[in-house]
Amino acid sequence: MSEDVAPLVASRPTPAFVEAQIEGASYGDRVYRWATTGFALVIPILLVLIAWEVFRAGWPALKTFGPAFFTSSAWDPVNGKFGAAPAVYGTIVSSILALIIATPLAVGVAIFLSEFAPNWIRQPIAFFVDLLAAIPSVVYGLWGVLVMVPFIREHVMPFVKDTLHLGDFPLFTGAAYGPSMFAAGCILAIMILPYISAVTREVLRAVPRSQREAALALGATRWEMIWDAVLPYARSGIVGGVILGLGRALGETMAVTMVIGNRHELSASLFQPGYTMASLIANEFAEATNDLHVSSLMAVGAGLFVVTVIVNVIARWLVWRTARAAGSAA
Amino acid sequence: MRGAQLAVVTAASLAVLACSSGADKKGDSARGGGGLTAGGADLTGAGATFPYPLYSRWVSEYAASTGVKINYQQIGSGGGIKQLQEETVDFGASDAPMSDSEMVKAKGGPVFHIPSVVGVVAIAYNLPGLTQPLKLSGPIVADIFLGRITKWNDSRIAALNAGVALPNSDILVVHRSEGSGTTYVFSDYLSAVSPAWKSGPGKGKELQWPVGLGERGNDGVAGQIKQTPGAMGYVEMAFVKQNRLTAALLQNAAGQFVMPSDEGATAAADAAIAKLPANTDYRISIVNSAGATAYPISSLTYLLVYQHMSDAGKAKKLSAFIKWALTKGQQFASPLDYAPLPSSMVPKLLARADSVASGTGR
Repeated sequence: MSEDVAPLVASRPTPAFVEAQIEGASYGDRVYRWATTGFALVIPILLVLIAWEVFRAGWPALKTFGPAFFTSSAWDPVNGKFGAAPAVYGTIVSSILALIIATPLAVGVAIFLSEFAPNWIRQPIAFFVDLLAAIPSVVYGLWGVLVMVPFIREHVMPFVKDTLHLGDFPLFTGAAYGPSMFAAGCILAIMILPYISAVTREVLRAVPRSQREAALALGATRWEMIWDAVLPYARSGIVGGVILGLGRALGETMAVTMVIGNRHELSASLFQPGYTMASLIANEFAEATNDLHVSSLMAVGAGLFVVTVIVNVIARWLVWRTARAAGSAA
Repeated sequence: MRGAQLAVVTAASLAVLACSSGADKKGDSARGGGGLTAGGADLTGAGATFPYPLYSRWVSEYAASTGVKINYQQIGSGGGIKQLQEETVDFGASDAPMSDSEMVKAKGGPVFHIPSVVGVVAIAYNLPGLTQPLKLSGPIVADIFLGRITKWNDSRIAALNAGVALPNSDILVVHRSEGSGTTYVFSDYLSAVSPAWKSGPGKGKELQWPVGLGERGNDGVAGQIKQTPGAMGYVEMAFVKQNRLTAALLQNAAGQFVMPSDEGATAAADAAIAKLPANTDYRISIVNSAGATAYPISSLTYLLVYQHMSDAGKAKKLSAFIKWALTKGQQFASPLDYAPLPSSMVPKLLARADSVASGTGR
């Protein structure tokens, strides 16, 4: 394969040659270059403007309530008291729950597809997993409300409480209504699975053949080869995929709103309703007329913005590290 | 060919720019060109989602009979008030009357509240095995939503429902998760019948709920009640019928137990209006209204219009539409599960609509 590619690479013009061509380019080429540069610059400018606007609009609330805005759990639009702690907590807990459920599944799917699956089954399964990413959020929400939540209420919750007798364990206390943090975690897990799986599949495919052959030559079984040679090599790439999934889960709005129960309360129990930052904004923004209320919602948006930016930066960094490690090993 | 395409794209983007800058400007020239932004409509309105099915029926019936096109966008009461304040629409619509501070922010001067129809909020519940509708009173409903009554077989519920086998199960309270006019009306009612509710959660489009689950939209609340045995919530009357839910009989101010109905709501409005002074601005509540047949959780929903519109032509058109809605339009209310306005209200409202048309401008 690499022998076929090499001549093609060699025959490509060198960068210096390309540069020279641009220097002496026609008027049209230069306009084209400036136009595309302009388009490219629009994105970062837009991002900075959005961040600026969100923070500016949220500032009055942050100034009024101070750090308590993110630690108080009073959300009382009638009396003008706002605290986003349950929403921040719910965002983080539902997303982490989703990762705990989705990561083993997604990595398992990716391992099967890249290491075990025969060709005739690999394509269809990969296609279906990718298809999960194409389903609109509100459709997941409807499915969640009509199918998943009743199933959780009638089967999962009674099983945990009555059959396993875990009803008094802090994670599972309270009445079993269905809409809950647990339901939100489940629906998010299904939604982020294709992202983690797709990234993991690519990362596993990028593991050099020599790595696998070396492990097999040392007498490793197929399982040992994957566990000891392939996965450690791909580890940071997989983590990058997981964090990409986390980023998706943090910002997901519609499906979560429909199954989480929308309650401003900090509760350790996963079977109790909760709230997330994104669903809080989506629910309340349209009818928020009071200035402080609008500002509080914008401050929640700013908080969400900060969290997602941090997560995306970490993901980028991990993917970059993987790419560099793969490059130096080859 | 490519040149032609480019020209079309350029023209389209210029049109978009023209529209957006038009919306920003408050000048009369921008308003004159308002037809462009509304896609050719003669009048534009925005606001409450609750009366939208009726308003959209009105708009199509009115266009068919008069040729006047009206564009109504259901963006929520809050959004409708904001757009009216900024004069980006010709009329607003809201389930809750504007507050004094909101009235002051209106850039086009004094605002008229014109009630257009009466809404009915039902208490719906899911108790399998019960054959007759449950009887409830306002203070009991308030205490259920406050979390003070938690079981269906609570002695206070049982006292009103002698002979009914009430289950010893938890009441699951379901409420709206997003800001809504329905919540406003319901909490307005609870504040009227329960001092503890008034000093606790209070009334508003969004509240700090002491107990319960939040579901999005009337359909979300109705769906949750339908799915969950033991659930109770409040929904617009239309959703009780659509989802085949059971509605509770509610005790009114006269002590009678009444089912939610359009007649009951019209009677509530009639009784409330009878007490008003002649120069009322209609920013009133009709919950817990007197009258033997009045249903207690009834509400007026409003069209919001400027008393003096700067565009005389639009003022005339809007006035004519409002007068049509208050008279011929009322026949469409009952089939869509709204209650028509009591006939006692209509003459004064027509006079008010007339004064919009004759507005002299600023």
